[in-house]
Amino acid sequence: MHEYSVSKQIVKMADTEAQAAGGKKILEIRIAVGDLSTFVDESIQMYFELFSAGTLAQGAKLVFRRIPAEFFCKTCGKNFVKPKTGFDCPTCGSQGSPTEIGKEFFIESLEVED
Amino acid sequence: MEIRIMKGIMDANGEIATQNRTYFAERNITVINVLASPGAGKTTLIMAICNYLKDKRKVYVVEGDIASSIDAEKLDQMGVSVVQINTGGGCHLDANMLREAMKVLNPEDGSIVLIENVGNLVCPAAFDLGDSKRLLIASVPEGHDKPYKYISMFSYADAVVLSKVDLLPYIDFDMDNFEAGVKALVPDVPIFKLSCKTGEGLDEFFDWLK
Repeated sequence: MHEYSVSKQIVKMADTEAQAAGGKKILEIRIAVGDLSTFVDESIQMYFELFSAGTLAQGAKLVFRRIPAEFFCKTCGKNFVKPKTGFDCPTCGSQGSPTEIGKEFFIESLEVED
Repeated sequence: MEIRIMKGIMDANGEIATQNRTYFAERNITVINVLASPGAGKTTLIMAICNYLKDKRKVYVVEGDIASSIDAEKLDQMGVSVVQINTGGGCHLDANMLREAMKVLNPEDGSIVLIENVGNLVCPAAFDLGDSKRLLIASVPEGHDKPYKYISMFSYADAVVLSKVDLLPYIDFDMDNFEAGVKALVPDVPIFKLSCKTGEGLDEFFDWLK
């Protein structure tokens, strides 16, 4: 439920950027979300509708690009996509460790009406 | 038209966290963000730390709770300077809340500030407060699988406490599996196995505080 405060921030950021660009209405907000970021798309969507009312972002479509978490295997010397359960490398079975891939949480772009 | 943004949604919180970090560094204040699920023993361990530090170093506590001041009252009775933050339903503390709390506490130079974050192993991980260290407490009754489920929280830990180890004889807790999970996420992190009930392991942990 920490999506409550981040949804507020998404509206604020999108609204500020769209106004600065002279946009009239935000049609789409594209957000990158890593699987380890702890954020849930549906929850952001729900709060977004609440906070966007009366802003340029009202009625905008949220498009989430989920980024799978990649772990690094020391034995194989390469990254692998974290399996559903555990941290084991699918090639050699040894335990991997997290990388920065999967922790993303940022707005990539907006589509606005001129 | 398309507007390229590429800006982190947590950046606004991160900026305040950076300001907090500077504020603490300038005053040589150590800030420990205590993270755990509800009932893991955050308040009990904080009380033990306060007792240990009482003649050594000035200590302040920031109590984060969704509601109530039960924990803050316990600490207040011990004579600890404490400020209560009620998040009013919010599931985490953020950098701005800590900044406001410091205006109330006004900690002296060289002191230590313990933050009891809201009991939750998910949300507080996403909000940097500007602390010096993150102390994660996992308790034996919660089970050994926690590092595998709460990856983000464990990944940011500077130290892990396994609390309530006096209960190990009664619970199927796979210590090897727990330690392997923690080490996979944070390879060099110390793991302190302790019990505030029996006092076991507390001395080693207090050494880490120094």
